[in-house]
Amino acid sequence: MTPTTTQRAQPDLLYSEEEEALRAAVRDLLADHCDPAGVIARTESGAPHDREAWKALAEGMGLAGLLVPEALGGQGATHREAAVVLEELGRAVAPVPYLTSAVVATEALLACGADDLLTELASGRRIGALAVALNIAPGGAHRTVRIENGALHGELTGIADATAADVLLVPAEDGGLYAVDSDAVTVTAQVSLDLTRPVATVVLDGVPARRIGDAAPAVRRALRAGAGLLASEQLGLAEWSLTETVRYLKERKQFNRPVGGFQALKHRLAQLWLETVHTRAAARNAADALAGGSGDSTEVDVAVALAQAYAAPVAVHAAEEALQLHAGIGMTWEHPVHLYLKRAKADSIAYGTAGSHREALAGLVDLQAP
Amino acid sequence: MTDTVSGGGAVDAAELRRRTQELLAAYPVGSTDRVDFLKARFDAGLAWVHYPEGLGGLGAPRSLQAVVDTELEAAGAPDNDPRRIGIGLGMAAPTVLGYGTEEQKNRFLRPLWVGEEVWCQLFSEPGAGSDLAALGTRAVRDGDDWVVNGQKVWTSSAHLARWAILIARTDPDAPKHRGITYFVCDMTDPGVEVRPLRQITGEAEFNEVFLTDVRIPDAHRLGEVGDGWRVAQTTLMNERVSIGGMRIPREGGMIGPVSRTWRERPDLRTHDLHQRLLKLWVEAEVARLTGERLRQQMVAGQPGPEGSGMKLAFARLNQEISGLEVELLGEEGLLYEDWTMRRPDKVDFTGRDAGYRYLRSKGNSIEGGTSEVLLNIVAERVLGLPSEPRTDKDVAWKDLAR
Repeated sequence: MTPTTTQRAQPDLLYSEEEEALRAAVRDLLADHCDPAGVIARTESGAPHDREAWKALAEGMGLAGLLVPEALGGQGATHREAAVVLEELGRAVAPVPYLTSAVVATEALLACGADDLLTELASGRRIGALAVALNIAPGGAHRTVRIENGALHGELTGIADATAADVLLVPAEDGGLYAVDSDAVTVTAQVSLDLTRPVATVVLDGVPARRIGDAAPAVRRALRAGAGLLASEQLGLAEWSLTETVRYLKERKQFNRPVGGFQALKHRLAQLWLETVHTRAAARNAADALAGGSGDSTEVDVAVALAQAYAAPVAVHAAEEALQLHAGIGMTWEHPVHLYLKRAKADSIAYGTAGSHREALAGLVDLQAP
Repeated sequence: MTDTVSGGGAVDAAELRRRTQELLAAYPVGSTDRVDFLKARFDAGLAWVHYPEGLGGLGAPRSLQAVVDTELEAAGAPDNDPRRIGIGLGMAAPTVLGYGTEEQKNRFLRPLWVGEEVWCQLFSEPGAGSDLAALGTRAVRDGDDWVVNGQKVWTSSAHLARWAILIARTDPDAPKHRGITYFVCDMTDPGVEVRPLRQITGEAEFNEVFLTDVRIPDAHRLGEVGDGWRVAQTTLMNERVSIGGMRIPREGGMIGPVSRTWRERPDLRTHDLHQRLLKLWVEAEVARLTGERLRQQMVAGQPGPEGSGMKLAFARLNQEISGLEVELLGEEGLLYEDWTMRRPDKVDFTGRDAGYRYLRSKGNSIEGGTSEVLLNIVAERVLGLPSEPRTDKDVAWKDLAR
């Protein structure tokens, strides 16, 4: 295979005017709902998800249905717009189940053609979660549950945003994907590294369920979209970390001068800026590839793996730099930088590590292992 | 500044296509001499369409140049071998256009674009590298002429050039940025001596240029006396813009040769090299997309600050990738193609053998602004962080430490 011959037409890496308008609207809304102190307080409240913000985003603005066709009550938009929403959600480290419900669960339902559930999720009044552990990469092996007499039995762990979900999409040992009402299962929050996207265990004890389609293609499609659009969330995390650190270091004075004037720090921030500029290109490329549908599926795989392999470490690096350059105040519970560090680190595992995406690329672009 | 419109209003893509076809009809590609064709193209305003009428352009938007280039390429028309005359096209021309008199623009731009006259740049000096404004080459007024003495370095194409853009000190009593004047220097003047400067690759791409009582008529001054630093900013901005302006295919840069070697030579593969190669492949592909995004921004007329960072990424990647390739080659990595002193007239960072690529790429983080200076520029101009403390800004040049 010669990789240069399989490239798709040039990707559109810019933002349209409509996309910028969408960004501005989401950013305004989050400024009202997701202030850092409020997000920190909520993480310890026993209800970490911000239902108000979700309602405003999903029902008020209709954003839960961006990827759902208009005929099913959605917006009929694309991954390009969803990516812009995720940039802003990342920037605010917003505790809403957007990536898990409006992207990952929605993609699984699209693959299955589960129209009724799509309409429910698009409305934002119900929240869905794919019951596959958050660390699983597209194409990776994942756990399934048993079926006995048509009922589901088993325990699944590491399910992101399951505590917020109304419907769970559960892969079973027979290769089917089943829709299960969350009322019928036991969902228990796990103490999570990422306080704003907590994971949970799901125990199914003879639960009646409805088979909506084949699990393999649906899970693969869902995780691919999740991994690809996660890069936009990571971009938002990195941009907040950079912007906030630059702002702080212009104000913070030590040795009778702004700390941001020391060359050792200027160079680190410039380097970080460069990484965010690169992340934007990688993230837009992935969003544009996903939006282009399955024209050339291998090229979509390349764009997604590339974006995750690049963006995941950048988001972590940005949050780590933000903490170090804020120094003492950055180490406190009161300052929001820890929310970004925890989200960024969890994101670096979510939908496959950078290393697993590089391994995928080795096959995709023919740079085979020894 | 270079997008000024002159003459009869907007020229759109259809009009440019029509004029290009008209040129091709009047000067058939098969039966027209190369230079004659290029001159006719210049006179038709199709050389650089964003330049004014009469100077090779039509005052059209810069983004429409691609329309003309595509038509001409399809017709198999000759080009002006832009890599041979890169300094003229990328640096001298925008400066002449921005600051030149009508006489200077009419005299210099046509032979420059056609490639009849090669240009070089006399800026850096042994004592003025990153701190270019500290330069010490002196120009003293003598009647209608200036008499220039000094030494310049890292001058590519000096041995081929007819003209040079030159900055020299005209007022040593002024602070360093204010005592500089910008000239066009005749490289055939008997006081100009060009010596090859051999570099670590064994060859000599660059030269040292010694200037001894070189006479430059005042009519060859660009901009006002003492305003040379500001004029030079135009030149240097264009140097940085010209990097990253092209559309590059996947694996089109330094990552290409090592990826091919990896595919063709399974015997060389190790797990350690595999991990490092994949990481660099990812970074190279993302850097390529970043360049593509920058290009799209420019075409859309929304250039961002992203350009300032492209060279930083490109320098580091070139160095790491070529370094990896030498290691991958193992026993062959111990060899070098040829140390013979040569004078290449074109430079290909991704050409020749891995050893050459490794050594040549060391220059990528130095030439056109060191990576350290570029990081300062990003920090100060893009992020708005405080400038470095300066003790040299308000001191007369003659009193500076050196």
